[in-house]
Order: sequence, then C-alpha cells, then structure tokens
Amino acid sequence: MSTATTPAPPIPAPMRLRRRRAGRTTANVLKFAAIVFFAVLVLTPLYVVIVTSFKDAAETGPENAWALPSVWTFDAWRDAWNQLSPSLTNSFKLVIPATVISTVLGSLNGFVLSKWRFPGADLVFTLFLFGLFIPYQAVMIPLTTLLADINFPDGIPRLAFAHIVYGIPITTLIFRSYYATIPDELMEAARMDRAGMLRTYFSVVLPLSAPAFVVTAIWQFTSIWNDFLFAVFIITDPSKWPVTVAVNNTTGSLVTPYNLQMSAALLASLPTLVVYILLGRYFVRGLLAGALKG
Amino acid sequence: MRRVRRWGPGLLLVSPSIVLIAVFVYGLIGWNVKVSLSDWRTAEKTSGWAGLDAYRDLNSDPAWDESVHHILVFTGTFIVGTLFFGLLLAFLLEKGVRGEGFFRSVYIFPLAVSFIAAGVVWRWLMNPAPGDRASGLNVAFEKLGLGFLANDWYLSLDWGMAAMAMPAIWALSGYIMALYLAGFRGVPEELREAARMDGASEWRVYRHVVFPFLRPITLSALIILGHISIKVFDLIVAIGGKQLITQTPAVYMWILIYDARDYAEGAAIATLLLIGISILVIPYLVYSVRAERRA
Repeated sequence: MSTATTPAPPIPAPMRLRRRRAGRTTANVLKFAAIVFFAVLVLTPLYVVIVTSFKDAAETGPENAWALPSVWTFDAWRDAWNQLSPSLTNSFKLVIPATVISTVLGSLNGFVLSKWRFPGADLVFTLFLFGLFIPYQAVMIPLTTLLADINFPDGIPRLAFAHIVYGIPITTLIFRSYYATIPDELMEAARMDRAGMLRTYFSVVLPLSAPAFVVTAIWQFTSIWNDFLFAVFIITDPSKWPVTVAVNNTTGSLVTPYNLQMSAALLASLPTLVVYILLGRYFVRGLLAGALKG
Repeated sequence: MRRVRRWGPGLLLVSPSIVLIAVFVYGLIGWNVKVSLSDWRTAEKTSGWAGLDAYRDLNSDPAWDESVHHILVFTGTFIVGTLFFGLLLAFLLEKGVRGEGFFRSVYIFPLAVSFIAAGVVWRWLMNPAPGDRASGLNVAFEKLGLGFLANDWYLSLDWGMAAMAMPAIWALSGYIMALYLAGFRGVPEELREAARMDGASEWRVYRHVVFPFLRPITLSALIILGHISIKVFDLIVAIGGKQLITQTPAVYMWILIYDARDYAEGAAIATLLLIGISILVIPYLVYSVRAERRA
C-alpha cells in the first residue's frame, strides 16, 4: 500500500534528525529526562491497577498501597472473571456486529460522497458531521421512547442499533477522507469500461480500502466497547449489561475490596488494550481523522 | 435524465444513512425539544404543552446552579491542562528522539481505556478517605513526608472539580500531543533554517516561525476538548457517582430521568447541552468544510 493512500496521514518523521553540537547536549539530556518522567507519570495508573489486582485482599491497605504484592495471587482475577464474564460476553455480542455494520456503511457512504457524488453531497456530508459532535443526551429520551414504541428487539440489538446509527458520521468521515486520496483517473478508467457504480466500488475502490477498514474498525471497536452512556440509558435488564456498566456497578460499592476493583477494571480494558498494543498506529490515524484535518 | 442515471445510484446507496441521520439525529433532537416543553414530569408519559416551565424550574433549582458551576471549573481546568501538556509533550518529541514511537504510544495509551475503568484507578489515586481506607496520592504524600499536600481531591468543596479534571487531562493529553506533533512536523524546515541564518535564537524561531503554524491546531483542539468537556458523564459517574458535590449537567439529567422521572426537565438539560455545544461547533464545521472546498 503506497503512502499516497493512507487514511489520515500518520504523524510524519522529523524533517531531519540533527546531531547537535556539544553545547546542546545538556539540553537534550534534560529533554530526554522530561520525556521519560512524563512517560512514567502516564503509566503510574497502569502500575497501580496491575499490582493491586494481584494482591491478596489483606494487602490492599494503606501501608502497602504502592508496594508490589508480597505474594502474587490470582484470587481477585478469578472473582472479577466470575462476576464479569456474562457482561464480557454481552460486550462482544454487541461490539462485533455493530463494528462490522457501521464500518461497511461508512465505506459505502464515503465512496459515494467522495467519488460518486450527487448534487448536494457536500451538504449531506456537513449534516452528517454535525452528528459527530452532538451530545447524545440530546436524543436519549426520545431514542429510548421510540425504540420501545416500535417494539425494537430489546437488549443488545437496541444498543447495537444505536451504535450503528450514531457511528455513521465518524465512519463516513474516515472513509471519505481516505477515498479522496484515490486518484480520479482510476474512476475515469472504470467509467470508460462502462463499469457501474457497484462494479467500480468492488473492483477498483474496495481492493484499495484495507487500511481505512482497519482504522475505522479499530475506532468503532474501541468506542463501542468503552461506551457507558448509551448502555446505561438503553439497557434496562442487568443480565444484558455490557462490561462498562457491570464494572461500574461492581466497583462503585465501598465494600468492594481494591484488588477486585482493579482486576475488574483491567479485565474490562484488556480487549481494547490488546488492540491498541497490536495496532496502535492505526488507532492514532483514526484520532487524527476525527480532528477534521486540523 | 442521463445525468440522473449517473448520480442516482449513489444517492440511492447513501439514502439509508441519510434517512437514519435525518430521523435519529435531527428528528429526535426536535422531539427532545418538544419533550422539554411538555408536562411529562412523572414516569407516566404525557405530552401536554407546558411552555418553558421545565426551563424555569431548572433556573430556580440550586442543584442546577451547582452543576453549571462544576462544569465551568472542570472545563477550564481540563482545557488549560490538556492543551498545556499536549503542547509540552509534542514540543519534547518534535525534533525526534530515540524511541519516539514508544513514547508516543505511551502518551496516547490512556485514550484506549474507558473512563469507567480509568475512573476506578483514579478514584483510588484521589481517595480522600482517612485511616484504613486511605490509598493513592494521599498515602504517597504521607510516605514522602509531604503530608501537608494530602487533600480531599474531588470532594474538596470549592476546587473539587479541578481535581476531577486530572484524569481527563491524563486521558486526552496524548491526543492533543498527536495533533500538535503532526503540526510541528508540518512546518517547512527551510523556514526554520532561514530564521536561524538571520541569527534568530532557537526560542525566537519557535516564537515567530513555528508557533504561528500551530494556531489552527489549537483551534481544533479547543473545539474537540470543549465539546468533550461540556457533556462529560462517564468519568464523573465512575469517580463521584451521584453525589451533588461532583454533579455535572449530564449527570443531573441522568438523575432527573432515572430517579426523579422528570422527563421534561431532563430534556431541558439535554437541549441546553446541545445549544452550548452547537455554539462551539457549528461555526467550526462550516469553516472546515469551506476551507476543504477551497483546497
């Protein structure tokens, strides 16, 4: 895949790695020390959550608050797993179809709005974009009322539907900016061959789309997995809670020991963290795309 | 007719999304405004006209005043803090260092974690409880002989919401860093070189050559952070729960609907949130789309 067709451009490398003269080295050492210092600061909560999750309940008091566990135990992890496994299943049942469907919709919309435009396509796109910024609170009461009124299948299907609909703006945006980088000559060539819209999409555009699919899917996976607002308004049956709601209810109580709180928080974050560690650079491109090209 | 045949299929392909957005974004926004003007004040759904009653009740409600005050303190701290750290981190990385990719990933990683999970850890870090339930930063201060720094964090009476902004700054500084870093790298090296040839100090190169390039990014960052902040919900629920002392408009709306079953007043808050965000975002969207068309 050539760099000309990356979705949002990745952060470019520095113009020139300059080797500084001697006088600059102190400044560079200080700079590097600051970089390391902030990295440690950012990672501190991760340290806390990991070590506390492996502690015995007796060791979670103030004396050992910041220390490593004297004995590493999986007890809290086992408890967290027992409490959260139903909601983890719910989250996967929600996230996978919602991510796939909203990504496919984004690809089709992005293709039409950049390469197979109709009069008013820009207006439609602008109206979509506003949907990216609305506070979802502003639709929540009518949304739950409407879905109940039309007897939309209760539970996870309702939540998945909401994520698909409100995911359209971001997925369309990412694909549209990506497809804008495909040369128009390719489209013209397809037109010369009298290829229709769908054939052009499947034979010319889709084969070039892999990076945009990865960026969009990661973005949707992460935001739907981490969503709390829609879930707490739409899901009324506790057995259908996704993991964010379950974690909040498990850990919200004062009597829950810290080791269980931490293992629950980490367990609920593992899927998105694994995706981030493996595919982080695509995640960053999604971020930059979401910023509307600065 | 032939032209319609050319673009017709495209419109047809997008039409399901157009209908969904029309109904579920614009239609429901209108419906929500209607609910806010109705007399639906109990669990039982009603749709009688009540004019601005819900807004008036909100206006004379001390809990609403608190929520607005809280969101202002939170937003101010959050935006200033995130812009500062985002710019600082980008500045530290912009000339390239060994392991840049690693550090970038570290700075951005909090964004992959939900506010709910992060909230669990930050509640532990900013725990104001004394004695056996103490944890986190207060314990660390105690151990380091800095006990005077120990405080009530998010439960402080006046500045609790500034502490509440800390996890949000932690979560989003990496994002802003990524935006600024892309901006720094977009400054043509020749411009810097030319300024240096003219004898400008490195600081003056930044001040007069580099920073002006970053202005549009600061604008985007302000819009992004502002709209995240106005509607902040998960983080507050995860850390403060439903306490009045950390209540924000979005949390108050949730309480009104789920506990008080006052739908009209909840819808009124939702409408006000939308207006606040629209004032911020609409001019920006129009500007962005126009700029894109010009390019």
